[in-house]
This record gives sequence, structure tokens and C-alpha cells, in this order.
Amino acid sequence: MATSLQPDQDASPPVVLSGSPKEPKKHRDPDSWRSRLYRIDLKATPYVYVAPFFLVFAAFGLFPLVYTGWLSLQKVELGGEAEWRGLDNYIRLWDSDFFWNALANTFTIGLISTVPQLLMALGLAHLLNYRIRGRGFYRVAVLAPYATSIAAAALVFAQLFNTDYGLINQLLGYVGIDAVNWETEKWPAQIAISTIVTWRWTGYNALIYLAAMQAVPNDLYEAAALDGASRFRQFISITIPSIKPTILFTIVVSTIGATQLFGEPLIFGGSLGIGGGSGNQYQTLSLLMYEKGWITGALGQASAIAWVMLLLLLLIGLVQYLLGRSGRGKKKDGAARS
Amino acid sequence: MTQVLNRPAPAHGRPPAPRKRFGTKAGRQHHAGPFTYILLGFAALISLFPLYWNLVAASHTGERVVQAPSPLLPGKELFNNLSIAWNQVDMGEALINTTIVAGAVACSTVLFATLAGFAFAKLEFKGRNVLLTIVVATMTVPPQLSVIPLYQLITDFGWVNQLQSVILPSLVAAFGVFFMRQYLLEALPVELIEAARVDGAHSLRIIWHVVFPVARPAMAVLGMLIFVQAWNDFFWPFIALTPDGSPTLQVALAGLGSGNHTINHAIVLTGALIATLPLLVVFAVLGKHIVGGITSGAVKS
Repeated sequence: MATSLQPDQDASPPVVLSGSPKEPKKHRDPDSWRSRLYRIDLKATPYVYVAPFFLVFAAFGLFPLVYTGWLSLQKVELGGEAEWRGLDNYIRLWDSDFFWNALANTFTIGLISTVPQLLMALGLAHLLNYRIRGRGFYRVAVLAPYATSIAAAALVFAQLFNTDYGLINQLLGYVGIDAVNWETEKWPAQIAISTIVTWRWTGYNALIYLAAMQAVPNDLYEAAALDGASRFRQFISITIPSIKPTILFTIVVSTIGATQLFGEPLIFGGSLGIGGGSGNQYQTLSLLMYEKGWITGALGQASAIAWVMLLLLLLIGLVQYLLGRSGRGKKKDGAARS
Repeated sequence: MTQVLNRPAPAHGRPPAPRKRFGTKAGRQHHAGPFTYILLGFAALISLFPLYWNLVAASHTGERVVQAPSPLLPGKELFNNLSIAWNQVDMGEALINTTIVAGAVACSTVLFATLAGFAFAKLEFKGRNVLLTIVVATMTVPPQLSVIPLYQLITDFGWVNQLQSVILPSLVAAFGVFFMRQYLLEALPVELIEAARVDGAHSLRIIWHVVFPVARPAMAVLGMLIFVQAWNDFFWPFIALTPDGSPTLQVALAGLGSGNHTINHAIVLTGALIATLPLLVVFAVLGKHIVGGITSGAVKS
């Protein structure tokens, strides 16, 4: 704890003070250990304050990260001895259809959950930015899914999407669409899982956008209105460019989330969840990693998948960084938020 | 809410001239038309319906839930289902476990994040910017990268199914550090700290008497956000805790949904309801503050 650094600032040592009990020491002796302690206090405390984060990260983030990289070069079973294999695990992934399938699924599910989610959040934020009655209600209502856990949401949606008795197929039936096989067919299943993700996060993103929209200066809109720009035009030409840093931020966060997708497909699939459905049609990288590590017991393979995920994220991050940089040149306000 | 009606009638079509409304934070906003209300109502319906339907399903028998057409109004079995779910799968214990985990994680994250956020926002020290960059960068490291060594670690320590295996890795979060920094950057005047220093206050005193009081609103919001997150966390708890040991609600739910024997879906959804309801109640009561926290801008990068 940080407390130990500053033990005696109030309780001064009796030895020094014994001659003149009442007089504050610092007036008499400015260069005493006390003022030195004060300087140490000033210099050291920042590190003490940030230390817990870095200690926890080192122990539960950095060390495991490196160790996972080390494991990915070995053949290791749960509880067994490690055996050096070099890049073998990665080569086996490269040759594995399951890996490419999981990679493709992660990508497509990520795309069909992130893109509609952020677009709808933008629209929703725009609507919430109007002068509306009962806006508190709407804001809390669209945020309610955020309070729902992955597990609970996936269980409810698994029922709603049930092929035989699910409410969604019943609704589709009313408009004359045949029952969709949301569980066993590839695209419907991926759409169903993306729906869970989208449902949980759209309102949250909408509120983040709303916050950014409310910081856009009013003059811009007034000038545009004077020039005869329609509201839609104002939205496209003023709102979107003004909140671009926020949009970029949500894209980054959603991409990271999509890369790690695990709970939704797992629970949506019920007893078939770990394999990502009967034909692995929605097995994501995380699911494959769990299956390799904890069902098959091949921890080296699982570690290799984890590292591929990190490389993937770094790659995506790099692309986004380059995109963000190329867009910054023409905008002066790019540095407005740091 | 009649004050809206007293304003000049909203122009349908284009406003005749740009209206200046200073002093309101919603100054630039147009009045909403009926179309806006329809869309917003639709969004609210979609957001709330699955939660409502969860309640409906939890109040019918297992046979009724899996019959088409689906029930749309609450039935009479809620309390029966609750008692079955409560006893059969020990939702009570899971509820307590989840509360302990989320409470501990929220408290420690708020404490450490406030200290670190304060240091990053207001204190000068060597390497500050580098360290802050590292904090932000750690947000992108997926938890998948650390679960295997962590799992080996907790196996060696005999911590499988022990709650500390879930609590310890979450003691502090990069998001929280960043959140508090953003807030304190603006909310805490440097003069306040300097004045306290001149008066001879040492660091702990400054934390206790200056930083904490100023940071309190953000601490409350961060605490709620982290609590929600920890309550709903799934990936690592699913690995570290088993449904048969001492699970959190989410792990217990995953066990409920994937059993090999015939599943009573009404009971499963009752479990989901138990897992969701406490947070929904919190949201209903504190919703405005949570919304305010998310929209306060501190979440943005």
C-alpha cells in the first residue's frame, strides 16, 4: 500500500523535538530530513500511485503474454511436460481447415455485428440529440441491453431464434417468409449471433456518440442552416466529420471486441457451442482456442492461436492507424482531442 | 413535461431563421418530429423486448416456452421457477459469488485507478507520457493471450474454483486509469493541490482531503461501470470457475444452458432473469447517472 511511504510526517520523532517541544521544526531547520522527505515524497509518490496498475499488469498481463508466446513453440498438454517444437504449432495451424474456418468466421461475424451496430448507433445518437420529451427514458432504455450479461442475452436470443418455436420465425411467418434455420445454417447462425452482439452494444455506442455530438459547436449548424443545408446534409457534413475521432475510437474498441468473440457463440450453440455449431459454422478463434486448450488439451496449439489473435489485432491496429493518419491531413481539428 | 408545448411551435420544414439559444446545452438541437418519436420508440422496444420476454418465459412452464406461438404475456409459474432454479443450480450461491467478485473488483479498481489517474493527470514525473501510453496500449491485449499461463498458475496454486482467481487479475483496469485521468485533468485545479502542499499536507493527506472529494462523482460512475463489467464478465471466469464448483452467475448460466440431459428452458431463462434483474434494478434507479457517466466524455479517447 502507498501508506508505508509516508509514515511519520505528522508524528515527528521525539528526539529532535525534545529541546523545544512546541515549535514547528521546519522554521528552524529547513534542510532537515523532513524537507528531504518532502522532496522524496514529491518525487516518489507518483510512481507509488501508478505502481498497482503496472504490478497487476506485469503479473496477469505481460508475463502470461510472453509465456504464452513461449508455450506456442512447444508441445504441451494440460499438466504435462513441455517439449520444444519450434514453429510447428503455427505450421499446423496454417495447414488446419479448422483454423481458417475459425478465422473466416471471426472476420465475418465481426463485420456483420460491428458495421450495423455502429451505423445504427450513429443514427440513434442523432435522434437522441433532438429536443425530445422523455429523453431520459429513451437513453436508459437503449442502454438497458448493456446491463445484460452475455450469457443471459445469448440464452434469451437462442430461444427467440429457435427454428421450430422461436418468436422470430413466427414473425417471419406472418409476413410470409419460410422458417429460417438459425441454428444449423451458416449465414443465418452468424447473423443470429451478430444480432446478440449488436443488441448489447448499440445503445452504449449511441451514448458515446451523443456525448461527442453535444460538444460540436453550435455556430457550425447555424452557418450551415443559413446556407440552406438540410438536416441530413448537416448530419453528413458537420456532425460526422466533427465526431470522427470518437467514431474511430468506437471502431477500434468494437474491432477488439469482435476479435475476441467467445461467449455469444458458445452459449447460443448450447451443447454444440464449444465447436461453434454442428458444422463449426460459427466457431470463432476464441472458441477454437478453448477447444484446443481445454477439450483437446493441446495448450501449445491454443497458445499459437492466441498469438495469432494478437498479431491480427496489431495488423488491424496498424491499418486503422494508417487510415487515421491519412485522414488527418485535411482536417485542422484533428488534434482537438488527445 | 408541458414546458415544451409553451415554446414557439416547432417549424415543420426549415426554420425561418437560425435561432440563437444560448445557455442551454441542447442549444443547437431541433425539436423532434413524430417520425423521431416513432424511431426512438422502436429502438426502445427492441432494446427492452428481449428483457421483457425473458420475464415472460421465466413465468411459464418449460413445455409452454417451447411451444409456438410463443407466450407474450406473463404466466403464473414465476415463483415456482424461481424456487426450482434457486435450489437446483444454486443460483443463490452464484449470486453471492458474483456480488463478491464484482464488489471487490469495483472497489479496488476505483481506488487504484483514482490514484494512478491523479498521478497521470496532475503530477510531474519522469516517464509519465511513456507510462500512460503503455496503460492505453494494454487495453488492446486480448484476455485470450493470458488465460493459458493464468490457468496453469491457478492450478498450481490450487485456486481453481476459488474466487480470488477471478478477482486478482482484475484488481485495476487500464480503462479506469484513463477514465479517472480524463476526469481529473479538468476537474482538479492544480492550485488546490499547491495550496494543500503549502499548508504542509503530505501526499496521503492531499489524496484524502483534496483528490477523493473532487473525484467522487467520477469514482461513483467508474465504480458502477466496472461493477457492471465484472458482473457480466464471462471468458476468464468460465475457465477459472466451473459450474459445479463456486461459479459466478454467468458461469452457472452457461452450465444451465449446455447440460446434456433435457433442458427445461423455463428454468434456464429464470436463471438468466436472476442474473440480469439486479443490474436492471440498479439501472432503473441510477440510470441517469450511468448514462451521464458514459456521456460525460470521459469515456472518449
